Amino acid sequence: MTDKKIRVLVAKPGLDGHDRGAKVVARALRDAGMEVIYTGLRQTPEMIAEAALQEDVDVVGLSILSGAHMALAPRILELLKKNGQDQVKVFIGGIIPDEDMPRLKEMGITGIYGPGASTDEIIRDVREAIQP
Amino acid sequence: MALERHVISSIKRKMSFTQPLLEGNRLVLARLLTQVENDSPGARDALVELFPHTGRAHLIGVTGAPGTGKSSLVNQLALGYRRNANKKVAIVAVDPSSPFTGGAVLGDRVRMRDLSGDEGVFIRSMAARGSLGGIAQKTASLVQVFDAAGYEIIIIETVGAGQSEVDVARLAHTTIVVEAPGLGDEIQAIKAGILEIADVLVINKADRPGAENTERALRSTLELAHPTQRVFRHHGKTMEVSAPATDRDLWIPLIIKTVATEGKGIDELIEAIAKHAVHLQRSGDRAARDRARLESEMEALLQEALMNRFMEDMPHENYEEILGNVVNRNLSPYEAVKLLMNGTPK
Repeated sequence: MTDKKIRVLVAKPGLDGHDRGAKVVARALRDAGMEVIYTGLRQTPEMIAEAALQEDVDVVGLSILSGAHMALAPRILELLKKNGQDQVKVFIGGIIPDEDMPRLKEMGITGIYGPGASTDEIIRDVREAIQP
Repeated sequence: MALERHVISSIKRKMSFTQPLLEGNRLVLARLLTQVENDSPGARDALVELFPHTGRAHLIGVTGAPGTGKSSLVNQLALGYRRNANKKVAIVAVDPSSPFTGGAVLGDRVRMRDLSGDEGVFIRSMAARGSLGGIAQKTASLVQVFDAAGYEIIIIETVGAGQSEVDVARLAHTTIVVEAPGLGDEIQAIKAGILEIADVLVINKADRPGAENTERALRSTLELAHPTQRVFRHHGKTMEVSAPATDRDLWIPLIIKTVATEGKGIDELIEAIAKHAVHLQRSGDRAARDRARLESEMEALLQEALMNRFMEDMPHENYEEILGNVVNRNLSPYEAVKLLMNGTPK
């Protein structure tokens, strides 16, 4: 692994059109030396899983502000698994009510970040999560 | 996980992963692309094994200044090939890496969402990783993997290019240079460089004011570039065309107007690429380009191997001492190299 770079897909599933947070995180991961594939707004779970496969990413970061996380997250996890990408770590940023967090973690979401989370924290967690 | 191990171990054993790749296993393909991009142990063996399966695809390079609409055009081009010819299409989209952190934001997929859900299309984003020629060092190797995997059309999108990012022309069979109206007088400055590598010139955003002016400017420059049709510059080389063959073998870049966001002009562009492909076959230029490309690939590998062998034989202290003498201005770099090669600065 001479030149191994951490590859991250940053995607915004669902219908809300606010991608400032996703862009800030994408930029921060870039500045941490990672290669960030940015897919833009209004992605379906199928589009996200397909992009994760083609790009062979280590990590998928989802920005969800619409409240649909309990529907979107399990679907994306299921599709990743179906494609043979069980090892991909999935992070969520956005507005996630406290009571949903344990259930999302149980499903297999690696990290959840709300407003005010620091990008340093996200970078550290991403690096830790993909340690072999 | 299991599959990754399978890929790695089969690369090591030089077998069996070729089969899933040729059968269209997309996960195996994606993993192999990563291995090749990282120059991982085993990746070279994989390329060795795949090489006999390459040489079938038509490689299309798409370059042009940032914001001219390269990604949107590539999106439409891929849709067009799927719709008209049902050909399998691979896209390698290169974006720049940060020179400071090595990180990158690869955003070309944003404009390619129409291609999602089609198993006949495979999009791979690639960071330039310090390479300055508009594509990455490993782009050619990734293209070889796609070629072996049976993708018939491979589109290589460069980073937003200015004047000197011409490496794509060495890699591609057909190079498309994308222009847009309203780039103003700057276009004058870059035309000479661009015309040398363009096989097809696209004026994208052709519904915008100024498209006619851009077209006129490009046409007049093209006419200047081919005054007698006897001696012309093609892919950076002066080529003399002997008189009887002139009319048949000369390729003058076609100009196509498109509006990529609406899909206008795409069929015409695909037709122009097909015409160029026919020209390449008929003139023998395709074979010449393949030869030149493979020669430069072989030379690069040879350089690397010679350098490695040299450094292995060279005691590190000697090297450092000579380098120190250069830094102190006691030796010029020329003398230093002679000393390293022959043991004497003469």
